[in-house]
Amino acid sequence: MQQIINFIIRYKITLLYLLLLFISLGFTIDSHSYHRSKYLNSANLISGSIYNASEGITHYFKLGEENKKLVEENRQLRNLLFNKGMDDTLELDTTAIDFIIRSAKVIKNSYASPNNYLTINKGTNHGIKQDMGVITAQGILGIVEHTSKKYASVQSILNMKSNINAKIKNTNYFGSLIWDGQRYDQVKLEDIPRLVPLLVGDTIVTGAMSSIFPENIPIGTIKKFNLNESKSFYSIDVELFNDMTNVKNAYIIYNKNRPEILQLEAEIANDE
Amino acid sequence: MTSNYYFINFIRFTLLVLVQVLVFNRLNFFGFINPMPYILFLYWYPIKENRSVFIFIGFLLGLCIDFFSDTMALHAASTVTIAYLRPTIMRFVFGVNYEFQSFKLSNTTRVQQITFLTLLIIAHHVIFFALENFSFSNLLLILKKVIFTGIATLILCLLFGSLFSVKKE
Repeated sequence: MQQIINFIIRYKITLLYLLLLFISLGFTIDSHSYHRSKYLNSANLISGSIYNASEGITHYFKLGEENKKLVEENRQLRNLLFNKGMDDTLELDTTAIDFIIRSAKVIKNSYASPNNYLTINKGTNHGIKQDMGVITAQGILGIVEHTSKKYASVQSILNMKSNINAKIKNTNYFGSLIWDGQRYDQVKLEDIPRLVPLLVGDTIVTGAMSSIFPENIPIGTIKKFNLNESKSFYSIDVELFNDMTNVKNAYIIYNKNRPEILQLEAEIANDE
Repeated sequence: MTSNYYFINFIRFTLLVLVQVLVFNRLNFFGFINPMPYILFLYWYPIKENRSVFIFIGFLLGLCIDFFSDTMALHAASTVTIAYLRPTIMRFVFGVNYEFQSFKLSNTTRVQQITFLTLLIIAHHVIFFALENFSFSNLLLILKKVIFTGIATLILCLLFGSLFSVKKE
């Protein structure tokens, strides 16, 4: 017993170091699973409010640019509206809509690390929950991962853990959209079968498989494609529409049918 | 005197964390270089202090940065390691001199200071980027990030160091 105590006293610094190292490694490795550690994220009150304050100062410098983006988006929407042969009013039955859209501001963005997260200034108080889709006017941005009362952290598509269902526009061939951690303007689309006719410049949109995003939200265009090692699937480099280095206004999408879909899927899993 | 000491370190801690998360984490120079001058805290921290307290503060510093930058506990793991390794590195750089009671960082030569800082930065960055990528398949990417971010961090640390040099008797 004496010797054990002596040992602990002699090596107390090394032991303390190893303890703290294992704690931090524990946090890190634990979070490599799908749902990250609950406390170590920037959607908490302290970091959220500091980012919010800093955003309050810096966003003035980008107002002109943001304005241009919003006008462009309005132009597109009006274009859609008038060319569908309708007046400038649309009738919307609020009981029958499938998707609820909320707006938010990105207050923290990163794109240089292999696992990137954004922080937005809306949280559970505004009805934001885990696994809601986040988009901008140009294309998809990511999926909500953690929420606090006033903030939420979003797993960016520039995250090596991200995996989103995507397809080639106007076809039904779908694959999964992943990121290899290399360039912030490119993602990869995998698992498109070899028989699909592809062209450089084809548009990639979100697929119908996901209960998070609605179908046909733009993602990017094909930049390059090769067959993978097994020679039966394509590995496609997709150039993003979204400039991930410069995002400010975002929309959060909630699919009202998602609980029902998840319940059905769970029932199937139970039956098997 | 002592309370002043703690106060200075506390202010340093807070300011370095804020500067790191609000300025340098979003620098993205050339798309991927985010220097980490907050390491300076561990460089400046008084030498004669209790080692276990120092390691614990190192852990806390890393955790604070992690809190803001969604990096799980990567910064904490790297800072706690360099806090633990600091005496070894100091003995390597400054030799036996460092054991003396009268030893002061400001009394050493410029080359020694830079070597000490460089070793701290290299150790920190290697651990940080290796854990961040979490695989050896990206060895080249890790190496690239360690080298370029390390150079950027070193330059910034030297600039900060000469800006806020401790001019005491």
